[in-house]
Amino acid sequence: MSERLPEIDKVIDGMARSLADAIKRDGADEPLMVGIRTGGAWIAERLHERLALKEPLGMLDIAFYRDDFSHVGIDPMVRPSHLPVDLDGRDVILVDDVLHTGRTIRAALNELFDYGRPASVKLAVLIDRGGRELPIRADIVGAELHLARDEHIKLQGPDPLSFELRTDVDG
Amino acid sequence: MDKQNLQLDAEGNLRHFLTIEGLKRAMLVDLLDTAESFAEVTEREVKKVPLLRGKTIVNLFFESSTRTRTTFELAAKRLSADVVNINVPASAASKGETLLDTLRNLEAMHCDMFVIRHPDSGAAHFIARHAAPHVSIINAGDGRHAHPTQAMLDMFTIRRHKKTFQQLIVAIVGDVLHSRVARSQIHALSTLGVQEIRAIAPRTLLPVEAASALGVHVYHDMREGLRDVDVVIMLRLQYERMQGGMLPSEHEYYRLYGLTEDKLRYARDDVMVMHPGPINRGVEIDSAVADGPRSVILQQVSHGTAVRMAVMSRAMQRSQAVVREPS
Repeated sequence: MSERLPEIDKVIDGMARSLADAIKRDGADEPLMVGIRTGGAWIAERLHERLALKEPLGMLDIAFYRDDFSHVGIDPMVRPSHLPVDLDGRDVILVDDVLHTGRTIRAALNELFDYGRPASVKLAVLIDRGGRELPIRADIVGAELHLARDEHIKLQGPDPLSFELRTDVDG
Repeated sequence: MDKQNLQLDAEGNLRHFLTIEGLKRAMLVDLLDTAESFAEVTEREVKKVPLLRGKTIVNLFFESSTRTRTTFELAAKRLSADVVNINVPASAASKGETLLDTLRNLEAMHCDMFVIRHPDSGAAHFIARHAAPHVSIINAGDGRHAHPTQAMLDMFTIRRHKKTFQQLIVAIVGDVLHSRVARSQIHALSTLGVQEIRAIAPRTLLPVEAASALGVHVYHDMREGLRDVDVVIMLRLQYERMQGGMLPSEHEYYRLYGLTEDKLRYARDDVMVMHPGPINRGVEIDSAVADGPRSVILQQVSHGTAVRMAVMSRAMQRSQAVVREPS
């Protein structure tokens, strides 16, 4: 199965090029990049460096905004979110590793708006694996993977980055 | 044994928060870590997260309190819960029955969590033993027994300044034996593994035998006791102790045990001064110290909300799991 998996570094390079084009096209001179912990933050760090963005990188931990608190509780690994720059009127690039159901992005958008009112939000993801449960799509997609419902892909990191692919045994 | 297990579910997760006693270090550290994340929330434009949306939390106070009740109320609101404040003047007659009746009535209103302050030691345990399975109880101070959320916010404040607990010498000054705050602090400090806990007080308030049972080193002289300490925790002087003849005059107490810049010089240079409040200026602490650069008294208050958010959400997530089981 692993031959299906793309090379992460090349995917990030491709994302960086697409983002640079999108930033130029939209005239968003000083976008604010925000990574979603943990995988999205690793990708955001690399994109932030490749694009040489001026504004410091922000981090979101969406643990307090998840819609499954009553089923699974709070992630025991929760860490503080950190947005170093005022969000009001800014163009935000939200970065995540794997786009699946869309629920993480829903939570991240809700959290983002508790910090202020951005002018725009773009979503950049490393992998779009399909299986959306909400009307959410990414503006920048590193690579698309077509996975079955019982297949799961997870980014391991931070250094080096690698994919972990597994299939539910009890499916 | 019963008391210790009561606050944990079958999997060892927090269900009620009644006392620090019997909780493992890992759980206290998890609460402090979670509180760090909530502290960030309280600095935002919108100081609210949707975690406990749709839940109802009752602040049930049988004893007056402004600070504690307010920070519990803020904590609940910042978790998006609905909050009801009930102040019940404690009545001497048939307390057990009244408590249970109150509990049943509130349960019938579909409340999910009770934050309880009561003048009787053991009141929160009593209610936890009789509460419906989906209800969580948080002890906001019971008699002379425990005030665990206060102790946790003190630990949070200490960790923010000192980073770790291992090397610390902590002195608690005042009526340690009769203070629920001190009792909870001692349990928390020793669970988190500080190097040494000292208690400083007059002999009448602090017999050596009684204090050593708590695992603390006893001092009756401030200058000796404060030598090389990293943290000084002042306790509020309870006036009823003075009326009971256990203490000399207020003036005499201040002279011997009041925290002044002069006495503080015996502590380490980077000592932090704490007080659970409300402070008696010029009785147990000099204004210059309370408002001085080494005082973290107001930070303690600020941290109260984040720490209580952590305790409430951790306890609530277990009670959700209990409700879930039948399905």
